[in-house]
Amino acid sequence: MKHIISALVENKPGVLAHVAGMFAARAFNIDSLVVGRTEDPELSRMTIVVIGDDRVLEQVRKQLAKIVPVVKVQDFVGQPVVARDLMLVTISAPPAKRAELLSLIEMFKGKVVDIGLKFIMVEISGPEAKIDAFISMCRPYGIKSVARTGTIAMSRQA
Amino acid sequence: MKSKSKSSAASAENSSIKTGAQIIVDTLIEQGVDTMFGYLGGVLLPLFDRLYDAPINFIIPRHEQGGCHMADAYARATGKTGVVIATSGPGACNLVTGLATAMMDSVPMVALTGQVRTELIGNDAFQEADTTGITRPVTKHNCIVKDVKDLGRTIREAFYIASTGRQGPVLIDLPVDVEVSKCKTDGSKKMSLPGYRLRAEGNARQISAAAKMINKSNKPVLYVGGGVISANASKELRAFAEKAHLPVTMTLLGLGSYDQNKPESLDMLGMHGSAYANYAVQECDLLIAVGARFDDRVTGKVKTFAANAKIIHIDVDPASISKNVSVDIPVVGDAKVILAQLAKEVEHKERKEWFKKIADWKKNFPLRYDKNSTIIKPQYVIEELYHQTKGQAIIATGVGQHQMWAAQFYKYSKARQFLTSGGLGTMGFGLPAAIGAQIAKPNETVIDIDGDSSFNMTMTELSTAVEHKLPIKVCILNNGYMGMVRQWQELFYNKRYSKSYLSNPDYATVAKALGAVGMTVDKKADVPKTIKAMLSEKRPCVVDFKIEREENVWPMVPAGKSIDEMDGLDILESMA
Ligand SMILES: Cc1ncc(C[n+]2csc(CCOP(=O)(O)OP(=O)(O)O)c2C)c(N)n1
Ligand SMILES: [Mg+2]
Repeated sequence: MKHIISALVENKPGVLAHVAGMFAARAFNIDSLVVGRTEDPELSRMTIVVIGDDRVLEQVRKQLAKIVPVVKVQDFVGQPVVARDLMLVTISAPPAKRAELLSLIEMFKGKVVDIGLKFIMVEISGPEAKIDAFISMCRPYGIKSVARTGTIAMSRQA
Repeated sequence: MKSKSKSSAASAENSSIKTGAQIIVDTLIEQGVDTMFGYLGGVLLPLFDRLYDAPINFIIPRHEQGGCHMADAYARATGKTGVVIATSGPGACNLVTGLATAMMDSVPMVALTGQVRTELIGNDAFQEADTTGITRPVTKHNCIVKDVKDLGRTIREAFYIASTGRQGPVLIDLPVDVEVSKCKTDGSKKMSLPGYRLRAEGNARQISAAAKMINKSNKPVLYVGGGVISANASKELRAFAEKAHLPVTMTLLGLGSYDQNKPESLDMLGMHGSAYANYAVQECDLLIAVGARFDDRVTGKVKTFAANAKIIHIDVDPASISKNVSVDIPVVGDAKVILAQLAKEVEHKERKEWFKKIADWKKNFPLRYDKNSTIIKPQYVIEELYHQTKGQAIIATGVGQHQMWAAQFYKYSKARQFLTSGGLGTMGFGLPAAIGAQIAKPNETVIDIDGDSSFNMTMTELSTAVEHKLPIKVCILNNGYMGMVRQWQELFYNKRYSKSYLSNPDYATVAKALGAVGMTVDKKADVPKTIKAMLSEKRPCVVDFKIEREENVWPMVPAGKSIDEMDGLDILESMA
């Protein structure tokens, strides 16, 4: 099972290595890990998607909280949450297929951000499942490369 | 000068321009450090120059690992934070085993390491190592200081983190340019640790629920780990156990927290624990774990561990709770505070039947060895040590069979009396640990009960003991084997003693060459008088006891078995 955990961490060197090292050392399974700045220049937010049962989730939470520069740990169990991924994807798009593809992109509320003779690059964001669905819809056209951010999340009350 | 003209008289008094090296020394002294261990190197010279006339007793080991174990044992023996210094690159790398040892056993330590100049970091400079990267998994916290302005605060934070909550080693990496750069200090003692919060009290409702559960229990067992000793809560533990009337079993690291001479003591539990402790745990209806972490050497097969019992777990580290075993009542906080509160809320209960059963187990399954043997039995040496020191010595150990016998056959009555590497199981810990403890406690008898193989690993530190005229005693239980390894090969690999035999030097000669006293005993009859002579020595003294070569540690719970499935009970029985 996938769980989203969000950690506010001090913006100091070594914190990412510490968190990543702890996950490896304790054999926790990371699906994705995203780090970015917050409104406070002293703090960054890490959003981590881990795979495991409730017991694993509890250990991950506790072990994260133990890391000194980790200021706050939150999981979203039992809360309404907004979770989003961002993806850039380059799809092969010969002129004959373009119209078809563009309407697909439209349906998924994607945005064409680059275009060439034989390809288009699309920016798309949304819940992970939507991104996955978009990828499978595009697969028949030929996907050249994908870059995904991994999930970021926030609870609705926040 | 600038500050004088600018600020008020009061702050001018506190503020001055200092070098990083001076700030380090001043902050160490401010933190109460009067003893430290460590080794020099190029990038530490500015700091050592400041240490030249500092009021700090400085001990140079022969190897940084030794210095790290000394600082560790100094901390274990006193409860104060141990301090060790090592230079960049190889010096820092040599600390790794010692830091990991302290980390696993939650020992408060601060390690300072030299580092190459800030601008060279990342360039594979001479004696550069990624010290914070290498030591991150073996420290509670570490960091590098790149700006002299952060130095005092960071050292202060290191001592605070090392000595609070679940204690552990903290490392600070110090580039040499930071040691020499100057900054204005203002005497401020501020810390900035937004991510470090402590929970001391323990939830009052949980404590009351625990007390109720204890009052209801007919067959409780108190299971005590090293956390009680770290928390200086031995007194509170005893008062609580007495008030509620509970039998007490201890982990290897918990030994000393409760007086083993009391009838309520079940001694050590687990893989080489006493049969009566393991039986009691398996049959109890309530297990009260305090400062213990359900380590696999204690639980054996987790699924069947105390399977019929409710579990109360008191621990300062929330991550220890429900990690290996799920718990009915968790109480997070300082054992000292929580045990005192619990003692107020529990009632005395007779529990006659339970104690009768325990007394029977103790009578029927005592720890035993063959007293009629003509060869020196290791257990006999330890019993003799126990009698001649009236049970009052501080005992350090290496790792192996001798360590288990030292846990089984010396009866501890005081916290901080038994110093052993439990979590990591670090061979070579014994001798430097004895040195660190003797420096901390100059008037106590400190004995390293060691294995030949373990002693081989750090015996060079004997010359450190000689240099400082420390009256430590080293008792080598010399079986010519990596005995514990040999025992497993005997039991599980068909007696194929692959590479576990040793070609040892003559330890008495080695001791003498290094300036210590050396003795050898190969006759059982000579054991008492040699121990007597050893105990009256004022110089470091090494005694090489040629013991039964293939003695085994019993009982033994084979890996993966339940702790009441012990091997060797029949062998113990036959020695009656
Ligand atoms: C540094 C280190 N290396 C290897 C081991 C694995 N090990 C555990 S016990 C042991 C043998 C110990 O022999 P000795 O010190 O002579 O003690 P004995 O068991 O004979 O009493 C070994 C090799 C260890 N615990 N520590
Ligand atoms: Mg041996």
